[in-house]
Amino acid sequence: MARMKFLCDAERCIECNGCVTACKNENEVPWGVNRRRVITLGDGNAGEKSISVACMHCTDAPCAAVCPVDCFYTTDEGIVLHDKDLCIGCGYCFYACPFGAPQYPEKEAFGVRGKMDKCTFCAGGPAENNSAEEKEKYGGNRIAEGKLPLCAEMCSTKALIAGDGDMVSDIYRERILKRGGRPQTWGWDAAYSKST
Amino acid sequence: MKEQQPKSRVSARKRMRAMGWSFLFIVLSAMILPSTSYLFTSDQVYAQVNEDENQRSNFWRAVRQGNEGYSAVSGPETGVLINNGGQNWRQIRNGVISTYGGWAIIGSLAAVLLFFLVKGKIRVEENLSGLTVPRWHVLERFMHWYTAAGFVVLTITGLSMLFGRIVLIPLLGAKGFSAWANLSINVHNFVGPFFSIGVFAMLLFWVKHNIPNATDLKWLATGGGLIGNNHPSAGKANGGEKVWYWVVILIGLLAVCGTGLALIGWMEQLGFGDTTRASMQWMHQIHAISAIIWTVIFFGHAYIGTIGTEGALEGMTTGRVSVEWAKQHHDQWYEEVKDQASVESSSSAVADASAETSAT
Repeated sequence: MARMKFLCDAERCIECNGCVTACKNENEVPWGVNRRRVITLGDGNAGEKSISVACMHCTDAPCAAVCPVDCFYTTDEGIVLHDKDLCIGCGYCFYACPFGAPQYPEKEAFGVRGKMDKCTFCAGGPAENNSAEEKEKYGGNRIAEGKLPLCAEMCSTKALIAGDGDMVSDIYRERILKRGGRPQTWGWDAAYSKST
Repeated sequence: MKEQQPKSRVSARKRMRAMGWSFLFIVLSAMILPSTSYLFTSDQVYAQVNEDENQRSNFWRAVRQGNEGYSAVSGPETGVLINNGGQNWRQIRNGVISTYGGWAIIGSLAAVLLFFLVKGKIRVEENLSGLTVPRWHVLERFMHWYTAAGFVVLTITGLSMLFGRIVLIPLLGAKGFSAWANLSINVHNFVGPFFSIGVFAMLLFWVKHNIPNATDLKWLATGGGLIGNNHPSAGKANGGEKVWYWVVILIGLLAVCGTGLALIGWMEQLGFGDTTRASMQWMHQIHAISAIIWTVIFFGHAYIGTIGTEGALEGMTTGRVSVEWAKQHHDQWYEEVKDQASVESSSSAVADASAETSAT
């Protein structure tokens, strides 16, 4: 079985936030919940890099390890999903996640957060595929329709790639070979000489 | 010739000395001179190394270490790509806290049981005369039981959050435990602040009885009477009670209640800084570790106050204790209150206490 992976090519990402918009539209997540976000590092400086990040569907997911109600599961495609009927909104997955993927719809007194929401790789959840219940709780299920996540499909520069890990790494390897250069060649130096 | 011999002997000695010094000079020079190159070349060498460094890995190393960028998605810490603390938090919670915490609680219960089996109930030595002295005012008793009820609820719900996945999911099933955990976390978060008020009231009401003094040291040195034959002296609160009191204040009020209020966002509301992932990870670890320490010591308190000591519980239920119990356990305090000894409600108190004891 394929293992689904996201990869964001930082040399290509132009911080258009199209992936963020596509995700919100496909999954109709509530206000304040962002399953995907674009981070720009060294913003405004020469050599700034942007990168789009969401749930990375870890093989040994820390969120699943700390969940007190054990609501996470990994599908045959290697997609990490969770059951909102079990989730109690404790926030532990948010403490543990390296990428800040888990989101909560509420922030009220006495620490009430509401049920956690995160990127599903457009694979819905434990409810019946493409049912009204699944759409409401987990958003779209493009995987069941044989499609890849909308964020990657809509990426204008094809910086964000999603799919079978082997294919994703083949595409990225090909790009690296074409770009050439040594690891020292970075940012400005990659395009111009050092003296420029 | 006769004069020349000593001269040559002197010059030979001189030559030996000169040789010795030269040898030392050569050895030292051989060691020191090569390192003088650092004086001239160090800056250039390192500057060159810097230029040859892998800038790409430097850039991503900084990101890996959690430096913050910009994100158009607003919210706390949305600009941080990698949250490093989560790794440590997971390992401490799933490793240290759940392993040692679990054994500490089992060990504490086992120790109490073992103590009861070996030592049995500490009896009142003299025969009861029926005279009693007032020990705890009704307000103090209300404060005690209000806080105690909260403590039991919070311990059960808190332990459900930590050990439920291991212990309760096999018993209740995923759905059943989820319902229980949902109730637990909400009850825990709602009861916590009200419980904290009770603990804070204890700080105000009982601090005057719990200032440590030399009598307490003697009490603790004899293990509260376990070592040796004489029962050590004590005021209104004995050494052990004072230790428990300061556990409640320092570990309970400061560490557990303080971090608990921070975790439900109240400290942020009160202006004690932002609630970040890093602060929540720290607060959660401190909360869990100190709450387990508190619970472990609590088992001892609950045992001593109920089935462990005859005549102790009625002080906190009826508010009066028998004169004989007071003399035996709190001799210095008894001297202060012996004028107030009377037969008031003593028989019912004894009956209540024995009924409660046998029920437990």
